[in-house]
Order: sequence, then C-alpha cells, then structure tokens
Amino acid sequence: MNGPDFRLLLACCLALCAAGLPAHARTGKTPATVVVQDAFVDLRSGPGRGFPATYSVERDATIALLRQRTDWIKVRTANGREGWVNRSQLERTLTPGGAPVQVAGPAPEARTAHHWELGLGTGDFGGANVISVAGAYALTPNLLVRADVNQLLGNFSNGWLGTAGIAHVFMPEWRVSPFVGIGGGVITISPKATLVQAADRTDTTAYAGLGVRGFLTNRFLLQAEYRSYVVFTSRDENEEIDEWTVGFTYFF
Amino acid sequence: MDRGLHVLLLTALAAAALPGNAAAQAAGEPTGGPSALPQQQPQVVEPAVQRREVQPPGLDTENFEAGVFVGTVSIEDFGSSLLYGGRIAYHFTEDLFAEATIGSSKAGRTSYEDLSGAADLLTDSERQFTYYDLALGWNALPGEVFFGGKHAMPSAVYFTLGAGSTNFAGDDHFTVALGAGLRVLANDWIAVHLDVRDQMFESDLLGKNKLTQNLQVGFGVTAFF
Repeated sequence: MNGPDFRLLLACCLALCAAGLPAHARTGKTPATVVVQDAFVDLRSGPGRGFPATYSVERDATIALLRQRTDWIKVRTANGREGWVNRSQLERTLTPGGAPVQVAGPAPEARTAHHWELGLGTGDFGGANVISVAGAYALTPNLLVRADVNQLLGNFSNGWLGTAGIAHVFMPEWRVSPFVGIGGGVITISPKATLVQAADRTDTTAYAGLGVRGFLTNRFLLQAEYRSYVVFTSRDENEEIDEWTVGFTYFF
Repeated sequence: MDRGLHVLLLTALAAAALPGNAAAQAAGEPTGGPSALPQQQPQVVEPAVQRREVQPPGLDTENFEAGVFVGTVSIEDFGSSLLYGGRIAYHFTEDLFAEATIGSSKAGRTSYEDLSGAADLLTDSERQFTYYDLALGWNALPGEVFFGGKHAMPSAVYFTLGAGSTNFAGDDHFTVALGAGLRVLANDWIAVHLDVRDQMFESDLLGKNKLTQNLQVGFGVTAFF
C-alpha cells in the first residue's frame, strides 16, 4: 500500500463518517410509534443485556421508536423518558393500526433464509500467508455462488489471488455443516525485490475444496476450508498448491 | 371378461369404503367438541406464511461505525512516531463486530544509524509505515462510564484479533494484530476510542529474521450510521 492509496482509503473513512451526519441532522422526521402489548416493557440505559433497566412502560402505553443498533431499539415514552428495548420484546407490541411490529434482525429461520454473506479469513497458501475477503450469494440454502480476493504474503514472493466458484452446503440448517466447492481464478505472483530479479507472473488457476462451517449465532458462523489449487503456468508443468484457511462469515 | 371383473371389484371397493367414511364422520362429529375439531380435520391448505423483515418507518439502523484516529506507534528498532489512520466497523450483535483498520506512520532512525555515522539503512520512502488489517472484535466488558454526577455514558472494553499487511522497508509483511480498547459513547451516535494494539510481523531487515512487535496507542472518534 503506497501513500496515495492510503490517503484515498482514509478519505473514504472520513466520507463514510460524514455520511452518517445528515441522517442524524434530520430533525423534522416523526418517529414511528407502537403500542405496548406485553404486561410491561423495560427501558435499559444502554444497548445491551447487561445495562440496568431504568424505567418500565405498562401495557397500552404508546412509545416512539428512535433508532436501532444490533438487536436494541432506542425508544421514547409519552412523558419523554428514553431507553433501549430489546427487539424480541418490541415484536410483542402493536403498531397504532393493530399490526404486529417487525424489526430488522435475525429471524429464527435466518440460518437458511439468507441470501448474501460476507466473510474474512486468514491461513496458509502453499507456505505463504493469505488474507481473504469473500462474498457469496445463496441461490438455494444449499448452493452458494462465491467470489473472493486474497492477498498472499510469502517469504520469497507476494501476490494476489482472485477466484469465483460455487459451493454446496450439505446441511445448511445444522449447527455444523460440511461443504464442498469448486472454482477458478487468476493469480499474480511478484518475487521479492531482494531476490534474483524475476518478472511478475500472472496465471489462471482452478481449485477444488472442502470445508466445515459452524453457526455461533443465526447469522454469524466460523468456517474452515481446505482448497487444492492447480496453477496453469506457462512452463512445462502445472503447479499444485494447498491452501488452508479459517475465518468468519456474516449473513445479511 | 377381465374388464368386467375390474369394474366389479372397484364397485365393491367403493361400496366398502363409503359406509366406513360415513360411519367415521357420524362418530366424529357428535363426540368431538369444537376444540377437538381442528385436530381431526386434515388441513387442506398448509399456511405458508413467510416472515418478512419490515422496518417500521423512520427507524434508523445504525450498525456501521466509521472514524479516524491519531496516536503513536513504536516501530521496533526505529523509534516512536506519530500514527494516524481510519477505521470502519460493522456490529453484528451487541457482542461481536468486524473492523477494518488502515494506519500510516513514518519510521525514525535506528540508534545504529545515529551513532555509527554509516549509510542509512532505509531510504526516505522506505521509512513509510502503512498497514491495513481486518479483525474480529468482541465487546468483552460492556458497562457505563460516569462523568461527574449527572452523566452516564455507555461504554465497552473490547478486544480485537486481526490479520493484515504492513508495508515497511519496501516490502509487504503479513501482520497479526492484537488489540484492546475502550469505546465510550459520547451521545447516541458519536463514540470516543482509546486503543492499544500490537502489530506483529516478521522482518529480516537487520540481518536476522525476527518477529517484530510494533506497539501503538491511539485516540479516535467514530460515528455510528
């Protein structure tokens, strides 16, 4: 990563930070209101299960929904009290029209109902370290279309690897499920400057792999994968490389 | 002849089945009360109700956090230097988040370079120290921070474990980053961070291959959106 690249990324960070501002600057927006149907709803001082309940709202009271962070929603009561309510408790309330409230978040069936997933991983690629960012789209709960970008950092050479492929998850509804995958891509290897000057090489590659993924929550899982790569070099013999990675994946 | 036999058999079957059905219905209806009825009647249409995630209008979901930080990094053998960078995080749950960090600094001179008067080990551009890493974070100790007698701010002590790449001395190094920090929410969407972090990578710059520890301390501000 050189200087200009870094400044560009830093500018992106700042821009994203600033992008949050207009949303907060909107003052004219009226928040949605709901009617409490539980016997009572606890308002906590922060967005987490450990924060103390500082106030309770009784049945039939109207509360305004202000903002959501993960599974917690900040609400305001009719008399101006504010606090955080868990999503599960809020879903047992009604809108003023009488319909049940549904708040974005992981539904019980989310393990197989998701479509998009994004993962980060690291591991070993034929002796080099690998850092991986992977995305996937689930065509069916079993069948994933995947793509990933990997940076390879070795003792003698560095490189980049990009692949696209498909994977079959055998039991997507299980807590731990095996999967297999195949795909292909492009690999670029740059020998390190301190060694004999050799030209950068870019070759196509294909892989077959198998792995196992286990859910920590309905939308968050850990994954380990082995891939056997064949690099189609311009030399007489193709190169075979083993890759082992571990990482985590999140469903959107 | 065969066809005639089939018709006869089917008629007999139908005749045997019909009274049975009628008898079953006659027995079921008087004895079964209204509560028993739904269990005995087979469900003709299975309700295929799909749960949809409908956002109540006007409810902002704020799981992203982005911001900048400034601090100091002690680059092993090269002294301490000013560090600045940016971070973007996505909060999965109240406990777990993913974080991408970039940082930049410029290494100073080694003691050897200062004392020996020999040629410099690195050129000016090779002293540029930039890194990125992708980490998984855990809000291990959530809580509240009290400021005076009237203000309580939600906070969390978190730990991160990440992997990335550091560009230093004209080379990219695979880097493992261990971090810990304190996040305090100044209001609903602005957070202040205090971080310590150890960026570890192998380097053979001074002749022998060794794992270098590059400790950094930073102060940052982020916004949730």
